[in-house]
Amino acid sequence: MRFLPDAEQRAFTDSLGALLTAADTPAVVREWSRGEHARGRALWARLAKAGVFGLAVPREYGGAGRRPVELALAFLELGRHAVPGPLVETVAAALLLDAPPHAARFLPGLVAGEVPVTVAPPGGPALDGDAAALRLAPTPGGLCQATPGPVRASLDPARRLTPLVPDGAPLRTDPPYERALVWARLAVAAQALGVGLALLDRTVAYVGQRTQFGVPVGSFQAVKHRLADARTALEFARPLVLGAAISMRPADVAAAKLRACEAAYGTARTALHLHGAIGYTAEYDLSLWLTKARALRTAWGTPEECRELVLADALGEVNP
Amino acid sequence: MVTAAMDLTFSPADEEFRAEARAWLAAHVPRVPLPSLETAAGFAAHRAWEAELAADHWSVVSWPRRYGGRDAGLLGWLLFEEEYWAAGAPGRVGQNGIDLLAPTLLEHGTPEQCARVLPPMASGEVVWAQAWSEPEAGSDLASLTSRAVRADGGWLLGGQKTWSSRAAFADRAFGLFRSDPGAERPHQGLTYLMFDLRAPGVTVRPIGRLDGRPAFAELFLDEVFVPDEDVIGEPGQGWRIAMSTAGNERGLTLRSPGRFLAAARRLVGLWRARGCPEHARERVADAVIGARAYRLFTYAAASRFLAGGRLGPETSMNKVFWSELDLALHETALDLLGPEGEEADGAWSQGYVFALAGPVYAGTNEIQRDIIAERLLGLPKGRR
Repeated sequence: MRFLPDAEQRAFTDSLGALLTAADTPAVVREWSRGEHARGRALWARLAKAGVFGLAVPREYGGAGRRPVELALAFLELGRHAVPGPLVETVAAALLLDAPPHAARFLPGLVAGEVPVTVAPPGGPALDGDAAALRLAPTPGGLCQATPGPVRASLDPARRLTPLVPDGAPLRTDPPYERALVWARLAVAAQALGVGLALLDRTVAYVGQRTQFGVPVGSFQAVKHRLADARTALEFARPLVLGAAISMRPADVAAAKLRACEAAYGTARTALHLHGAIGYTAEYDLSLWLTKARALRTAWGTPEECRELVLADALGEVNP
Repeated sequence: MVTAAMDLTFSPADEEFRAEARAWLAAHVPRVPLPSLETAAGFAAHRAWEAELAADHWSVVSWPRRYGGRDAGLLGWLLFEEEYWAAGAPGRVGQNGIDLLAPTLLEHGTPEQCARVLPPMASGEVVWAQAWSEPEAGSDLASLTSRAVRADGGWLLGGQKTWSSRAAFADRAFGLFRSDPGAERPHQGLTYLMFDLRAPGVTVRPIGRLDGRPAFAELFLDEVFVPDEDVIGEPGQGWRIAMSTAGNERGLTLRSPGRFLAAARRLVGLWRARGCPEHARERVADAVIGARAYRLFTYAAASRFLAGGRLGPETSMNKVFWSELDLALHETALDLLGPEGEEADGAWSQGYVFALAGPVYAGTNEIQRDIIAERLLGLPKGRR
């Protein structure tokens, strides 16, 4: 038992964090939200080079082998820096396309960040269909390629919701939807945790600087305790995410997804409130994380769906 | 490229230890629950249970063997606790001493003190009460005024302690006393002492908790003699020494994950027995997830500790988390029980009354949130 990231994992996380800190992601996000993808694509290319898109792909197709722990650590950083694009969908696609002949055809480009992919989750529009070169839609007959409909606005402007129209014969008639969903959920959980941690960091910095009544507002207990609760919720979500990445049991991943998204959303509410009116503006960069925390709550599994999985598993463990 | 070296599996030796604990517990845990340990008869029954545990070295598995343990370390303790609570074993009447005093003695006590105090603690022969709070010193513990005055060969204690858990029936107590009233700051000039609750000059007045049972007591101390051999560490250094206990208390050893894993499992069983009612679905799921989160958080902290790190202010998050989880879990159970939940003698209602105190004792959750905000988040100090 050693439930700690090892030196290599920490180095991977640190280098990814440094890459993203240098990338000025807020500016990239704002362009992406307007449908301008050039800088976003350049950032994706750097992430591909760092190995982010190969973490759910076998070695024979250019990936690193399936590495859910590293994937979770990477998505935590992606969330922390509000990186835009169909990140989670790329993970789901990697699972869905992993069979001949599609694997050899699509996966190397996916790993290299050259073929941006999106997948529609069950019953929903796809994320960033306008930016993707390959769009996948689940249909009753199997997994099909699809053409994008008009973009619909999301509460998170960086998430461009695109209805997909299936096109042609299925690529696969029996793709591993359940498995792909588990991987996508893990990625969302880690991403949400990163979003929450970023919101907390920014808010702690803000309340330490903002003064009222002659003192920093962060010296008031009413302010401190909300932030202490946010920190506690996030720090108890973190081991759920990493533990789920180790076990990859659907119920564990669902628990992690639920708790990470709740912690991130709770932190978003706290962040918004403690920033006062400035936090309520689109212009202030905090909004990039605030809106994402809301959207991720229901992406790839609602709280209700996640609880159902947890309860079914727990009932199975209790003797009648 | 990176490797997935994070590991939540246990070694064959750990699993063997777990299996041995499980087998012993299956053979020894009383089939009928013991009476409440907050009654004279229940206290005696729980004391006898401590002796039964100790006879086979199961009462303090993490301690050195020479004091009654098994040298099982922190990890062994966590595994034992999971088995212990899963087996439905009784509450631990010796917990104050085992979890609060013993770690302090092992770190700051002399070999003579350890050899004298720890074995009878492990066997339940001597049950310890804590003597921290005073009528005017609760969250602001450093403002305490009970005195330790130098005497020939020891100290004379005077003053009043209160909310002293287990003191109604316990044998001895430990706590902080002001030995240098002239010290510049409140937390200086305090001394950490052990004393006999039946010594001349000690009056114990039991206090009924919410259900009327004497779970704690007031202690009135009038020139109570304590020999030098019962001072822990240097006189005047009591605050620093006690805080190492408090860190421990809030950290990993006061409430093991095993308790909440077992309670969450029982809650799921109760929910199913009641037909899986919709109104409790969300709260039952959240209790299951909370117990899992607490377990994994603890394993992460234990991993840092075993890798040479120290438990710091992050343990304040533990205290807030488990105390709120415990309460939510028991409230959900009582709601599931319906009118039946009102009956005071049920296991859930007993647990509920106990859980109600969680956010208050061992440093209130407000004190913990201040610690999280100031020491983990780095926010400026302000008025409490």
